[in-house]
Amino acid sequence: MKAGRITGAASLEDFCRGRLHTAGRVAAALAAAAALGVDPVELDAAADARTPSPALRVAARKLGRQLMRAARATWPSGELDALAREFPKGAHQPVVLGLAARAAGLGAEDAAHCAAYESVSGPASATVRLLSLDPFDATAVLARLAPELDRVADQAVEAAREVVDTGVDALPAASAPLLEISAEVHAAWPVRLFAS
Amino acid sequence: MIVSGVRATARIVAREDGRGGTALPVLEGDGPLALRRTRGSGSEARVMLVGAMSGPLGGDHFTVETDVQAGARLRVGSAAATIALPGQAKGEARYDVRLTVADGAELHWLPEQLISAGGSELCVTTHVDLGATSRLVLREEQVLGRVREEPGRLSSRLVVRVAGRTLLDQELACGPGAPGGWDGPAVLAGHRAVGQVIVVRPEFVAEPVAAQVLGEGAAVMPLAGPAVLVTAVAADALLLRRVLDEALESLGP
Repeated sequence: MKAGRITGAASLEDFCRGRLHTAGRVAAALAAAAALGVDPVELDAAADARTPSPALRVAARKLGRQLMRAARATWPSGELDALAREFPKGAHQPVVLGLAARAAGLGAEDAAHCAAYESVSGPASATVRLLSLDPFDATAVLARLAPELDRVADQAVEAAREVVDTGVDALPAASAPLLEISAEVHAAWPVRLFAS
Repeated sequence: MIVSGVRATARIVAREDGRGGTALPVLEGDGPLALRRTRGSGSEARVMLVGAMSGPLGGDHFTVETDVQAGARLRVGSAAATIALPGQAKGEARYDVRLTVADGAELHWLPEQLISAGGSELCVTTHVDLGATSRLVLREEQVLGRVREEPGRLSSRLVVRVAGRTLLDQELACGPGAPGGWDGPAVLAGHRAVGQVIVVRPEFVAEPVAAQVLGEGAAVMPLAGPAVLVTAVAADALLLRRVLDEALESLGP
């Protein structure tokens, strides 16, 4: 936004679409694979390899730690306890999300949908707060993305099933150069607006 | 007439020559991939990849394999940019690069840009396998379209492993038919040149490099391992090279 790349509903939609097909696709596959019972430690390492920006890695672990607290309180599970012990500073959020879905008795499809939706809902609500975009316009952007979001979630589940058979290299690795660069630019600001 | 693409493989093996230099017991390429040894410097051998035909064109499949054995030092460049063009054969072209660098060996992989011409379809993969004490400098630059031309479809994946552990796995898809938003504010925002340099050095374990921002379009990012990635977007190839060179220089020799 500060760089002037998001100025209204149209550019927000373009931004969200790009994030959905890159970071969102990867997060959805990580969450789906965790929900299917793939080793979360391996998934966490795969998330690191797909997140070059140290600012984004730190943010993903912070969010993972917060989600872990809420998930363990709501759906106590030995697998969540074990992951919390393995990563005291937090595991990547999509991995925690997938494991939380598993603890809550949900499936890979649910985990993938949650992660894919989160990849676009965050930027949409931030635009409402920072640019005073009409919240209905922001919601319309999300509604228009719904069919693509479903496709991304379906493909993520497919990839996750392949991970069960062949290992974490089957995870998508779609990257978005400007998401990584902008995260570093934002981390270098003297006053930061968001942690993630 | 059935038109099929060209399949070509180039192979380089570098090893210590026992006299403080690097020997190249294997240096072979066919068809469009020609390799030339050029004057090296110190213990380092240098190889130029020379395009002997145009391409890759649709349906072509090129493979370059390089094996840098223990203690050897190799620098590979290319004589000119590679241009992906549409071909008569159906389907996308593939360009696979497989690099192996043994413990104590060093590889500088610094080819010229890859240009995705209008109507072309190319899938590039680069897999690098390093030992725990290998050293690497690898640059890749993609230019989307020739001057004032819409780009072709390009997807490229870069995977770097150190001692069997995946350190970096990045894929970028752009051009017509790529997943939506590739040219939007999250991915390229209209920039027509995108590139990265990865530097792997064992000493980064003890002395990690700090993250650094170079303007609005480039960042130096320490990875979760003994490596640094520079990612940059720019309006054109010249500006991209300038910022990548600047970043590389900031990392020291």
